Amino acid sequence: MDHDNAYDGLVETQDDARWAFGTGFDDPLAGVDTTVPTGVDGAALAAYCLMLGDDALVSAQRLAQWSTRAPELEEEVALANIGLDLLGQARLLLARAAAADPSVVPPLPEGSPVPSEDALAFFRDAPAFRPVHLTQVPNGDFAVTVVRLTVLSTWRLEVLRALTASRDPVLAAVAEKGVKELSYHRDYAARWCVTLAQGTAVSRSRLVGALGVVWPYLAELSRVHPVERSLVEVGVAADPSAAWLVASAFLDQVLAAGDLEPPGTRSVGTMGGRAGRDGAHTEWLGPLLDEMQVVARAHPMGRW
Amino acid sequence: MSARDVAAAVTDPELPMLTLEDLGVLRDVTEHDGRVVVTITPTYTGCPAMATMRADLEVALRRAGHLDVVVRTSLSPAWTTDWITERGRRALAEHGIAPPRHDARPAPVDLVLLAPRPALACPLCGSDDTRELSRFGTTACRSLQVCRACGETFDHLKEI
Repeated sequence: MDHDNAYDGLVETQDDARWAFGTGFDDPLAGVDTTVPTGVDGAALAAYCLMLGDDALVSAQRLAQWSTRAPELEEEVALANIGLDLLGQARLLLARAAAADPSVVPPLPEGSPVPSEDALAFFRDAPAFRPVHLTQVPNGDFAVTVVRLTVLSTWRLEVLRALTASRDPVLAAVAEKGVKELSYHRDYAARWCVTLAQGTAVSRSRLVGALGVVWPYLAELSRVHPVERSLVEVGVAADPSAAWLVASAFLDQVLAAGDLEPPGTRSVGTMGGRAGRDGAHTEWLGPLLDEMQVVARAHPMGRW
Repeated sequence: MSARDVAAAVTDPELPMLTLEDLGVLRDVTEHDGRVVVTITPTYTGCPAMATMRADLEVALRRAGHLDVVVRTSLSPAWTTDWITERGRRALAEHGIAPPRHDARPAPVDLVLLAPRPALACPLCGSDDTRELSRFGTTACRSLQVCRACGETFDHLKEI
């Protein structure tokens, strides 16, 4: 196959796959056995995959918003690459959710070519999303983005590390790949935290300010949703509070390396006991989804 | 040519000096009753080259007379740069990309900042007076390095 000339491939008469990189995407789980393990509730498994998938999807969308506006080209490429990894994880997890419980997929017009993971990403309304609030926090300045990314990638790395032993072989496989990706994300973000903290007076004040923006959202990361608890009991899910214990020890090391104190800001409370995992969101999620979903929703029969 | 040989000769769309076999992405090729089943594994979960690899495999096999082709994805065990063959490593270096080192490590639990690995040898001039410009490069699998001796930047296929 000659890839040196980009136009060669376009005239191949028997090559019908190259044109379709959207609706024509193959099933990301093609050939993977998606049978729900015995003793596991398919609806609960799907709900759990949406939680992990939505954290990744919303984070990826936030990182994509840095495109063309990052402080340096290298950082723009880094943020875009991290977002791409997370988008890949989201795609597998949403596809896994649809396979475990097809009823979670929003109905589309008869004959729509939109695959199920895209239907979940682009045709669900905000209350059906399950991301933690921290993923929804706007990018702010570069310091806010790297502090948010440090916290989220540290916590997610520990969640996925635990999930490599999941009884669901699909979740375990996604986690095994994700651990490798997230360790690079965490390292990138933690380095920037320390660099900004030890840089100039301005960079340090920006980083301290960013800690104050991000820290109020940490309490939610150790909440255990009933769906998570039920799946931890059958060996499928990771306990987010256990992951948080490991993650917070790592974050303490980052703060110490930057000669920083945890900010004294109070935690953001729940909304009558409900938070991101229950579909109760910040005011920021709606506009983010509007931007992400508008083109797909305008063309439910579109082929891309 | 056997289906195995045809599939093994298909190249990576973004690293065309590497075959899918050299990259370690091609996991299995079986032929049964005229049906060819190819199993590949993604390098990175979000790698956009996967769809092209799949299409290229199907086209190459069809051209070679294997009309019934199924390409399957295998997620586990997860791909590692340790699977890149010696021939693949040489091809990368010859094309100015520093090949991955043979020590894909598990993610550390503790903070390891600025832990220096031995510097990479510049694939262009051979000097090891090089430094990392950015951990994330032109594709998900590469980082960007610069050589202080010859002043050129070069890609490095990072260890995972």
